[in-house]
Amino acid sequence: MRALTGQLRAELGMTLRRGESVLLTLGIPVMLLVFFSTVHVLPTTTRHPIAFLAPGILALAVMSTSMVSLGIATGFERGYGVLKRLKTTPLGRGRLMVAKMAGVIAIEVVQVVVLVVVSLVLGWAPHAQIGALVAAIVLGTTGFAGLGLLMAGTLRAEATLALANAVYLVLLLLGGMIVPLGKLPSALAGAARVLPAAALSDALHGAFGFGGGIPAEAWIVLVAWGLAAPVAAAFLFRWE
Amino acid sequence: MLAIDVAGLVVDYGTVRAVDGLCLQARKGEVLVVLGPNGAGKTTTVEVCEGYRRPTAGSVRVLGLDPARDGKELNARIGVMLQRGGVYPAMTPAQVLALFATYYDNPVPPGDLIATVGLTRAAKTPWRRLSGGEQQRLSLALALIGRPEVAFLDEPTAGVDPDGRLAIRAIVERMRDTGVCVVVTTHELAEAERLADRLVILDAGRAVAEGTPAEITAAAPAPGGQSAASGVRFSAPEGIDTGALGAALGSPVEEVRPGRYRIDGHDGDLATLTAALAAWLAERRLALTDLHAGGAGGGGLEEAYLRITAASAQSRHSGNGGSP
Repeated sequence: MRALTGQLRAELGMTLRRGESVLLTLGIPVMLLVFFSTVHVLPTTTRHPIAFLAPGILALAVMSTSMVSLGIATGFERGYGVLKRLKTTPLGRGRLMVAKMAGVIAIEVVQVVVLVVVSLVLGWAPHAQIGALVAAIVLGTTGFAGLGLLMAGTLRAEATLALANAVYLVLLLLGGMIVPLGKLPSALAGAARVLPAAALSDALHGAFGFGGGIPAEAWIVLVAWGLAAPVAAAFLFRWE
Repeated sequence: MLAIDVAGLVVDYGTVRAVDGLCLQARKGEVLVVLGPNGAGKTTTVEVCEGYRRPTAGSVRVLGLDPARDGKELNARIGVMLQRGGVYPAMTPAQVLALFATYYDNPVPPGDLIATVGLTRAAKTPWRRLSGGEQQRLSLALALIGRPEVAFLDEPTAGVDPDGRLAIRAIVERMRDTGVCVVVTTHELAEAERLADRLVILDAGRAVAEGTPAEITAAAPAPGGQSAASGVRFSAPEGIDTGALGAALGSPVEEVRPGRYRIDGHDGDLATLTAALAAWLAERRLALTDLHAGGAGGGGLEEAYLRITAASAQSRHSGNGGSP
């Protein structure tokens, strides 16, 4: 237990000291939220853009922490031989992964608190279903963390850095986070619907009472990625 | 009980055989140095003992445990110093040691360890800004923090200044004296000779020589079929006329490396021989810069090592397998 809490404290300390990861996980989501809810340039089809934006930006925040930040940090740790070195300590790979996931969850809690407070200040009035919200975030986190670790465990650190950022940008645009999927060409929207980003933002929109309930297909896509990505990562991850 | 017992170890990487039927043993309270040219299988062997790789064949026991199966139990009892990296680049020695201390039940207090390895002034400097020698000292400290019963040190003195080497040697000796089995891989012969209680020389995945440094030096094959210990070795400018010198001394002379010579098959009076050598060189205004007459040691390990690995390579190429 001491090893687990020690590792968790170290993981959180390193994440919070990395300027780029604070920018990615808090800075960019807050900036996008404030900018697009006060400058009405997005085709959000609603008189209150914040009602669409707040759940979408929460989905973005989950993706940035569990896929991009986790993937890049783990990729560099693998490149520096840290993962190899930790393998021969009593910490073990199991507890290392538990500490990493606990670190991701802790950061996400901070993100949710900050983004919800900012959104409320911006005039958001949500009707939240807490159970669906937590389930969607947990499934989304599992799927995105699986993707991040899959990249970290199979690619060079620099390639993980580049790919994670590229996927982040693509999913930001195709994930229904700031641009509604209905505004995309229908073929593109169809492809986007099977990706985890759109499923997570659909689920969060529904959980916060925007545009009806949560479509069943969003749950199916979230569960599928939440299972497939971690399993692929577990099988393909190389520690050296 | 043996701390390390490796029998018939074979490790293949695809079609390449990295370790080929290796046997190796080490006891508690002993420093075993594993020497060998690049690609001899040193790191592979040690990584099998550490649990990083599975053997293709053969048996490996560390503290009586199978590293491939009992890693969880073994990791608490071994210490590992990797050749490079292995540390979070943004963390300072104080932070990394405090973190590693949480992994073990009875760790050495990080503050004590920082003083022991001489990192007091760099304790608050991030790893990425430490010098190569300071990084090595921290890696060594990480291998010690869990009070290991077996420590594996891969090239511990690489890139370390002379003060650091002294410190590392003192630490290794103290570990040995407290009953730790220390396994050091290196290709630095001088360091190996100073550190080792026992040496194993690997070549092409096999042990080609084993024993104390003195035993290995004495047993190394010499060109005349004699042991290396009986020759006289000296250093002088390169390219002297060994034929003429040999004729003058009555014993064949060989330039084993540029500027490094040995006199073989000498069985007369050593005083006469060395006087004749000095006189012959002086007549030609050639400086005699080093002289070892008989006996083991005195730079003998280097020559023994070169001869052993050369003989091993030769026997491989002549197709009769390896040496014993």
